[in-house]
Amino acid sequence: MAAEQGQQHPIKIYLWIWALLFVVSFFSYMVDYLHFEGVTRWTLILIFMFVKAGFIVAIFMHMQWERLALKLAILGPPVAILVLIGLMALEGDYVEDTRIEYYGESTFQPESPHH
Amino acid sequence: MSEAVIGSAATLEPGGTPGVVHDFSRDKQVFGVPWGKAMMWIFLLSDTFIFSCFLVSYMTVRISTTDPWPVPSEVFALSFGGDPIPLILIAIMTFILITSSGTMAMAVNMGYRKDRNKTFWLMVATAILGASFVGMQAFEWTKLIVDEGVRPWGNPMGAAQFGSSFFMITGFHGMHVTAGVIYLMVVATRVKTGFYEKRGGNYEIVEIAGLYWHFVDLVWVFIFAFFYLW
Repeated sequence: MAAEQGQQHPIKIYLWIWALLFVVSFFSYMVDYLHFEGVTRWTLILIFMFVKAGFIVAIFMHMQWERLALKLAILGPPVAILVLIGLMALEGDYVEDTRIEYYGESTFQPESPHH
Repeated sequence: MSEAVIGSAATLEPGGTPGVVHDFSRDKQVFGVPWGKAMMWIFLLSDTFIFSCFLVSYMTVRISTTDPWPVPSEVFALSFGGDPIPLILIAIMTFILITSSGTMAMAVNMGYRKDRNKTFWLMVATAILGASFVGMQAFEWTKLIVDEGVRPWGNPMGAAQFGSSFFMITGFHGMHVTAGVIYLMVVATRVKTGFYEKRGGNYEIVEIAGLYWHFVDLVWVFIFAFFYLW
């Protein structure tokens, strides 16, 4: 095997994913537009985010057609970030509690953004 | 089994988990991709960690501040004469970036078909969309700094950390888009002038540039979700 064959796939699949990304992006915008709040909002944001990210990596970046060795080498390490997220969420909560404990609740009076 | 036997029987290479062992244990390139592509992936992996650090820092300061966090939906609303439409500019920017990802995917496909003309124009379209994204970002920054009084050290709408997180995250992303536009234009020009024909007519460079561009779009998906929507 001299040169690689490269990633050649039917154009149709790109067009489908393209359309799908548009639709899902529209949905994520609707999450804000329709004022979903709380857990529903966060869940929807995460679902749409992972759907979009997954299709971009799998199809547009051709990851689904690569060998497992490459998939593991690239997609494995970012899992470590989950640990960082967990630790920093705990730390953030602790710092907030400490601030309230020593400085009291916020007295900040927010202004509405003017247009 | 000798190296020559494995090397010549590419179609007989094992897949799945045995394939991983096979790929790492044979004494040659591991991933079965051109080295440039493997290097781009590894660069993107490192970039993933950089952006993750920014987003995790943002999460931490947003959790730990006792001041209310400015409502992105209102801060980034834009009025076209009537009532302000929430997040509209950001939505437009998102759609522009997705469109550019689509044209880039087509450019990669045309590159492998050795259709130099179409590859060139699709890459130019991608670069123009990218440049317009940066233009809108410049507009957004100007509006925030001049009209809303957002500074890295404070703002009238809420927690002081809003400004520093915003400028750092979107600034670093915008820098990536700008670099990507330049990168795409360099490769597109070389495709057009037949630079790669002299090197054996191999257009995997278009795919490598495409990986970078899709990554920029990918990062925006996360920024959009965590900074603008959350």
